[in-house]
Formats: sequence, C-alpha cells, structure tokens
Amino acid sequence: MIKLVDVYKSFNGHEVLKGVNLEIPDGKTTAIIGRSGGGKSVLLKHIIGLLRPDKGQVLVDSTDISRLNNRDLNKIRKRFGILFQGGALFDSLTVYDNIAFPLREKTRLKENEIRKMVDEKLEQLGLLGTGYKYPAEISGGMKKRVGLARALIMDPEIMLFDEPTTGLDPIMKNAIYNLISKMHKKFGFTAVVVSHEIPDIFGIAHYVAMLNNGVIVESGRSTDIQKSTNPVVREFVSEGVVMPNFEIMEEINEEIQY
Amino acid sequence: MIISILERIGNRFINFLKRMGSMVIFFSSAISLAVKPPLKPSHVIKQINFIGVKSLFVIILTGLFTGMALGLQGYYTLSRVGSEALLGYAVAIGMLRELGPVLSALMVTGRAGSSMAAEIGIMRISEQIDALDTMAINPIKYIVVPKIIGGIIAVPLLTAIFDIIGILGGYLVGVELMGVNPGTFFGEMESRVAFKDVNLGFVKSVSFGAIVSWVSCFEGYYTGFGAEGVSKATTVSVVLSSVLILICNYFITSVML
Repeated sequence: MIKLVDVYKSFNGHEVLKGVNLEIPDGKTTAIIGRSGGGKSVLLKHIIGLLRPDKGQVLVDSTDISRLNNRDLNKIRKRFGILFQGGALFDSLTVYDNIAFPLREKTRLKENEIRKMVDEKLEQLGLLGTGYKYPAEISGGMKKRVGLARALIMDPEIMLFDEPTTGLDPIMKNAIYNLISKMHKKFGFTAVVVSHEIPDIFGIAHYVAMLNNGVIVESGRSTDIQKSTNPVVREFVSEGVVMPNFEIMEEINEEIQY
Repeated sequence: MIISILERIGNRFINFLKRMGSMVIFFSSAISLAVKPPLKPSHVIKQINFIGVKSLFVIILTGLFTGMALGLQGYYTLSRVGSEALLGYAVAIGMLRELGPVLSALMVTGRAGSSMAAEIGIMRISEQIDALDTMAINPIKYIVVPKIIGGIIAVPLLTAIFDIIGILGGYLVGVELMGVNPGTFFGEMESRVAFKDVNLGFVKSVSFGAIVSWVSCFEGYYTGFGAEGVSKATTVSVVLSSVLILICNYFITSVML
C-alpha cells in the first residue's frame, strides 16, 4: 500500500501541498482529481520519489521513500512504471528502441528475447508497424501508447498515470482509458491516475481522491465520490453527469483503433 | 535605499556562490560516476563523433585561415627586423600554445556546446530526464558522463588537427606566397619548438574540452521552464564556456610558461 502522511511541499515560497493525507490500496485504480495546476502532478512525483516533501512521509509498503538514499530509492523505483503527461519518449530513439530501452539498460536479456517482448507489447497496444518511427513522426495518442508500452515492459507492480488523456480528442481519450482499464485487468497492477477529466475518470477508477487547495478534501469509492455532498467536490464533479459505459466503448474503440 | 541596493547585491552574490557550488557538485558527481562501472563505450564513441568528427570541417576551415593570417602578420613583422627565417617557429608557437587550443575550444563551444545544452534542456522540459530517473537510471551517468568524456577526448584531437592545418596555412602564405625558404621554415620550427610547448597546448585543450562539456551539460540539465528556458540555457552555456576558456587560458599559461 502507498500512503502519504501529512505531506507538505512548496516551491519558491509558494505552498503547493499543504498536508496531504492519502491511502492508495493495492491492486486497485485510484484517481486523483482536481483543478489544473492544483498540484496533482507534484503529488504523483512524490509517490515515485522524483520530488521529496518538505515535511511528511511517503510510505510504500511502510518504507518512507522520502528518507531513502538514491540507491535504495532506485530499488523501490524498479517496482514502478509511469506514463508521463507528454509521453516523455526519448526523441533520439525510435518507438521500438524506446520500448526496449529499460530492458537494454536494466536487464541482461539477449536482443532476440528483447525483440520478442517488445513485439508483444507493440501488438497489445495496437502499435504494430510503428516500431521504426521516431516520436516526432507519430500522433499524440500513439505517443501515450508508446509511453505506456515502455512503462509496462518491466511488469511494474505500481503504475502511475500523469494526465494520460490531456490534449487528446474524445475518441483517443476513450481509447486510452479503455487501454488503462484493459491493462489493469490483465496485469493487476496498483494504478494511480491523475486527471481532471470528469466524468470519464469515474469509468476506470475504483477509488477517487479530490485534491483542492493543497489538501485532499475527500476520498473514497468512485461511486461515493460521485454522490458526495461536499460542496467543493460537488462543484468539481457537477451534478447529473452521465457515466460512460466503458464496456461498450471498449468494443467500439477496438474496432476504430486496431 | 542604500540597504535595498546592498540587499540586492548580497542576494546576487549569494545566488552566484550557490550556482558555482552546484556546478562544482555537478562536475564532481559526473567524474565520480565516470569511474564507476558500467561504462558504455558506445555512448562515449557517439559523443566523440558528435563533438569531434562533426566539428572537423569548421576546425579545418578556421585552422587554415588562422594559420594563413598568422603567416602573413608574422612575415611582415619579422621582415621588419630581418628575421623572416623565424616565421615557421613563430607560426608553430602561436598555434601550439595559444591559438590552436583556444580557437578550437571556442569553435566546439559554438557548434557542439550550444547543441548539448539545448538537447539536455529539451530532455529536461519534456520530462525525459524524469523518465530516466523513474527507470532507476542515473541521468547524469547516462547523459552527462559520455558528453564530458567525449569532450575531454575530442577537443585535444581537434586542437591537434587545428594546429597542423594552421601550420600548413602559415606555410602556404609564408613559403608559397612570400617566398620564405621551406627548409628554413620547417628547420627553425623543428629546432626551436620544445616538448613543453606541445604539452602546454595539450593541457589547455584537455581543460577546455572539460569546460565546454561541463558548462553546456550543467546549463541544459538545470534549464528553466519552456522554450525560453532552453534558449536562455543555450546562450548562457556558450557565453559562460567562452569566458571560462579565456580566463583559464590565461591562468594555465601563467602557471606553465
């Protein structure tokens, strides 16, 4: 389990996190929602140790990762995968090499074994035939899928998604959500999704936490958050939103995408 | 009024010291990671190709014209005192000790240093450096170390080429154009140029290679936000590298001469 205890973080005197308390259960998808620029990505970067809190603890299976040295932190990081907002693909490498990158750098696998694993991921994510292309030659949605493939190639126990659908058209957005949902079912990882896409995010998240003004104002089951009476949550979620049916959309998107 | 001015000066000084401290820490961590296995030679070779091979044309061109100008200036100055015979020696000393190392390093700064800063800066703002961190790959070891080693190896090699081409340029003007005896040109050079002259140029070029790659990588690594941040990092890396090269040049000369 991942647990954030009273986490504070400020940049140049500007307080972004003001005592965040959050529990992320194992094997489930937890969404962190909130306004743009509200510190959601900062929170996510604390979970993987890219940022260290000014005060408070970030516990991964009861190990406070904010106190670890780089070597021990790297051991913990091997359990994580992350999909960055813009994909964070290495633009000097092809799609294939991007996905193969963690295997080449962190394992002693032979090139034919790597090829087999990368081809499998390319197929799973509907990227067959794009392996030779460079990130600059593919669309935003494809970049996200390549980023996802690269993150999943090391079979992480915990997957973090930083605004996975920002800047995508509605069809691509649904395709990415379906993909996350499908991959979660297939691999059973603990997922943390940072997003402000309402109501779509309720379709994939088991649990939802709302970050507002540097604190978690409410967290709980996705269905409970949708019925919340908290005025801040109410305002953000807005009443009467229609939940998308992802099972049907999954089928439609499979046809469109692949 | 006076207090606020003093406060501003003090703040700037403190920020300057902090930056210098970060630069030193950055360089020492790169050096300590460079000696720690595993080191992938292919990454270093790629950088030698980028910094060295791809700068060859500009080095040959500038070396040739620098040597030719030096030959011309040297000839007219030396002929006033009837010492044209020393032209070969004058050109060689000028190239080996000063112009070769300094101009090659400045050329590399303009061509490869700016591009290194921009490349790393873009990696920073597009979260590629964060991505390396999350994969438990040390970004300094992966990105910076090969560039620093590449710079330390490539700049002395480029300097050697610059020196040779420059001397040939001096020969073209002095011997072919002005009519200095070729035997005298090379004879004086051979008998008067000492190993310590070559050594001085070598020490300088190694130091300048380290400075260019270190400053460019540092500025790119700690770039500001967005395209503006990268553009600023690129400019600062070129200006700072050039200034540091010229300052170090004086100090190395004064210590080793």
